[in-house]
Amino acid sequence: MTLTDSTIATRRNRRRASSLLTAVLRFVVTAVTTFFGLLAVTFFIGRVVPIDPALAIVGDRAPAHVVERVREELGLNLPLYQQFYLYVKQALSGDFGTSVLTTNPVMTDIARVFPATIELATIGTLIGALLGVPLGVLAAVKRGSIADQVVRVIGLIGYSVPIFWLGLLSLVLFYARLNWVAYPGRIDIVYEYTFTPITGFYLLDAAWQGQWDVFWDVFRHVILPASLLGYFSLAYISRMTRSFMLNELSQEYVVAARAKGLSEARIIWFHALRNAAVPLVTVIALSYANLLEGSVLTETIFSWPGLGLYITNSLQNADMNAVLGGTLIIGSVFVGINIFSDLLYRTLDPRTRNR
Amino acid sequence: MTGSPSPLLTVEDLRVTFPTRTGEVNAVRGVSFTLGKERLGIVGESGSGKSQTGRAIMGLTPGHAKITARKLAFGDRDLLAMPKTERRALRGKRIAMILQDPKYSLNPVSTIGRQIVETLKTHEKVSSAEAKSRALAMLEAVQIRDPERVFGLYPHEVSGGMGQRAMIAMMLICGPELLIADEPTSALDVTVQLEVLSILDKLVAERGMGLIFISHDLRLVSSFCDRVIVMYVGKIVEELPSANLADAQHPYTRGLLNCLPTIGSDRHPLPVLDRKREWAL
Amino acid sequence: MSIVEPETRPYSREWLLSDRPTSRKQARLGRAYIVWRRFAENRLALVGLGILILLLVVAALADVLAPYNPVQGDLRNARLLPPGTAGYLLGTDDQGRDILSRLIHGSRLTLLVVVLVAVIAAPIGLIVGTVAGYAGGWIDAVLMRITDIFLAFPKLVLALALVAALGPGIENAILAIAVTSWPPYARIARAETLTFRHSEFIAAVKLMGASPFRIVLRHVMPLCLSSLIVRVTLDMAGIILIAAGLGFLGLGAQPPLPEWGAMIASGRRFILDQWWVAAMPGFAILIVSLGFNLLGDGLRDALDPKEAGQ
Repeated sequence: MTLTDSTIATRRNRRRASSLLTAVLRFVVTAVTTFFGLLAVTFFIGRVVPIDPALAIVGDRAPAHVVERVREELGLNLPLYQQFYLYVKQALSGDFGTSVLTTNPVMTDIARVFPATIELATIGTLIGALLGVPLGVLAAVKRGSIADQVVRVIGLIGYSVPIFWLGLLSLVLFYARLNWVAYPGRIDIVYEYTFTPITGFYLLDAAWQGQWDVFWDVFRHVILPASLLGYFSLAYISRMTRSFMLNELSQEYVVAARAKGLSEARIIWFHALRNAAVPLVTVIALSYANLLEGSVLTETIFSWPGLGLYITNSLQNADMNAVLGGTLIIGSVFVGINIFSDLLYRTLDPRTRNR
Repeated sequence: MTGSPSPLLTVEDLRVTFPTRTGEVNAVRGVSFTLGKERLGIVGESGSGKSQTGRAIMGLTPGHAKITARKLAFGDRDLLAMPKTERRALRGKRIAMILQDPKYSLNPVSTIGRQIVETLKTHEKVSSAEAKSRALAMLEAVQIRDPERVFGLYPHEVSGGMGQRAMIAMMLICGPELLIADEPTSALDVTVQLEVLSILDKLVAERGMGLIFISHDLRLVSSFCDRVIVMYVGKIVEELPSANLADAQHPYTRGLLNCLPTIGSDRHPLPVLDRKREWAL
Repeated sequence: MSIVEPETRPYSREWLLSDRPTSRKQARLGRAYIVWRRFAENRLALVGLGILILLLVVAALADVLAPYNPVQGDLRNARLLPPGTAGYLLGTDDQGRDILSRLIHGSRLTLLVVVLVAVIAAPIGLIVGTVAGYAGGWIDAVLMRITDIFLAFPKLVLALALVAALGPGIENAILAIAVTSWPPYARIARAETLTFRHSEFIAAVKLMGASPFRIVLRHVMPLCLSSLIVRVTLDMAGIILIAAGLGFLGLGAQPPLPEWGAMIASGRRFILDQWWVAAMPGFAILIVSLGFNLLGDGLRDALDPKEAGQ
């Protein structure tokens, strides 16, 4: 056996190198084709669907020759494939056209509002993961108990509740009645002009500059919408954690760990959870992506000046460039997160790490 | 061995019951035996309660099951009466267990070395360096030629035979007095089985452990153990020294023996075990 | 066989549970009975089923059950009455309309959305998935690539963009949700198809000269149905929530239709003082989507015992 060990090892190393290359290549191909597909879908929605973009700009009472001029300027007279080529070319250089509503380039608008959404979704995911994972573990360990049932019901309600409705009710309760949190928005009007953000993530910026009064104010603004999104992802994460943990706890290595005399706590939190963590990473990444989506409605409720509010505002004003630009950005981030979580999965699981 | 004052393990009227929705399932129904520093084989088909007997001695029966016994003692310590933490301190330290398939019984996301060291560190206060050197020595003792390399490997990177040796190393590193081996070779290739058995054989002899060897393979058990217990539907139907296996009285044991093929004899028609209802009573 | 076997009364318990069914019908009914027993053991699943039956009854009998006209209110005497006011169990909205009556009539819209989305999206997914799985090769690659692209879009955002382009309205909302809902079904159908693509019975049908079209239609698709049904049921809650979200943003059903999401939106203005106007429709959405979730969970456990309890 030892005779062939070294040859096997070298062969394995060679296979590792080549398979890593194919893995990376596959990721690149997936990312490129998917992004191309996203462009095709948004192009289709924007150009082929029966709203004339030219009419949307000049209004339907404009004289015919004006409409025609605008059509030409937009390249709407070209054959469809040329239009698509133009669209892709512009999109790749970050040009999604101009927003009718704000008159800024859509890309500039998005760059301005996106950090707010990222901040909200990140805090939401943190809340969801930090609470959801322990709850899921608890439910799995105490399977069939009252605790398990409670976690299950909490999760099911999280799956079933309309988040905008829960947002409205919680605003009534925590802002209007109890006054525990600040009113909708991201920062108090007092600080609006005195506070200069650096990164666009207000909590970080305020802490960085040592402005703790701003930090507290921002915190009071963000905590309610973030908790709502957190609840949303908690429902998903706790349920998946429970199912992964039940699977792990029924494995033989858990019996072996008990036979070694390990404590239950070590078996659960070290052995079983480390194994469950491998698929859990994907789940948490997915729930992060879902929160970006969930933020569309939440931001509307909480007047949170992020991408979701930007999209819905543009929607109300038939500002298709802005809507499609935002859709494309969220879609791209979705794809990015999926690829990232897949890579993370590979590094966490030793069984796939070297293949 | 026969005149020793307090046996290593005393089992008297051990019963394991699982409550289910359709009623109680009695997995083990009144098993009694004593064990010294010897090798005891427990044989039976799947569902005979042999594995549950082993797990009940280890204290690894699932929480919802009910275990009773007139006496279940390790040396002179009552296993059922002692608190959970004490029972846990015994596991891995003084009583250890080897499971069937290293593919499933080793934690896939932890290295082999780390899992061996973990057993040691749970029961003894040792420095990391000492723990590692003892783990390497243990890997050498289970005849792994390149312990340094295997120490850093993940379970999926080694063969079944190598994995089972790592399992043995993990369970024996604290020097237990009693080892329960639950089908330790059934998942391995036939050629590797003998290697692993001879390693186990040597270690048990060298270290003077008591061994309970659980298997469905009557011939393997009889060649490996001093004494054999035959179980059927949760009960012991026969207990006899391996040497006298041919004199087995119980029809079930005889039936099992009869099913073993012997080279050169005509096996047509294949014998079938004819079960009698009264055996299960 | 039936000579030795004691004859059991058709449709009795023993007949259903017989391990030697004498007809195809008996075998099918027996299987269904076992699934039902497993399903019925799950109390929460029964609650879910109860909620949905209630929804169906309410939608069917809306005209009889609703105490008031859902669209025309009593502006003079009944504006923004709180719940419990004589005659108005759940209160009234700003147009003086009885909220209970609107909810009762709104159940029809909810059912309409759910059923239409399922009827459009499930077959698309089924066809794409089975064809991709059975054909393999480049057809599979292309179809799955397209599926992945649609999967890459967050559902709600894509639906928003679609409705924005198509124009608001309940038909367009349904269409948009259906367009965003089919990809997971295609994935499931493909996975199922792959598991028995090379099995003996497919080979046998092929030998008998069946065309690929016939094989997919008659032999592959029926086998994908059960997992597809479970998935569709589990998705229903999500569909209801997206429809409500579209309604809330004013992109779904238009006033004065009593769509629940739109009702929340119109109650938003009074949320601080007349909370019930927005709260009541939300409860309706919550209960119905909870019902679908409970039912879907129970169905999954009953049809797929290996996942039970996980």
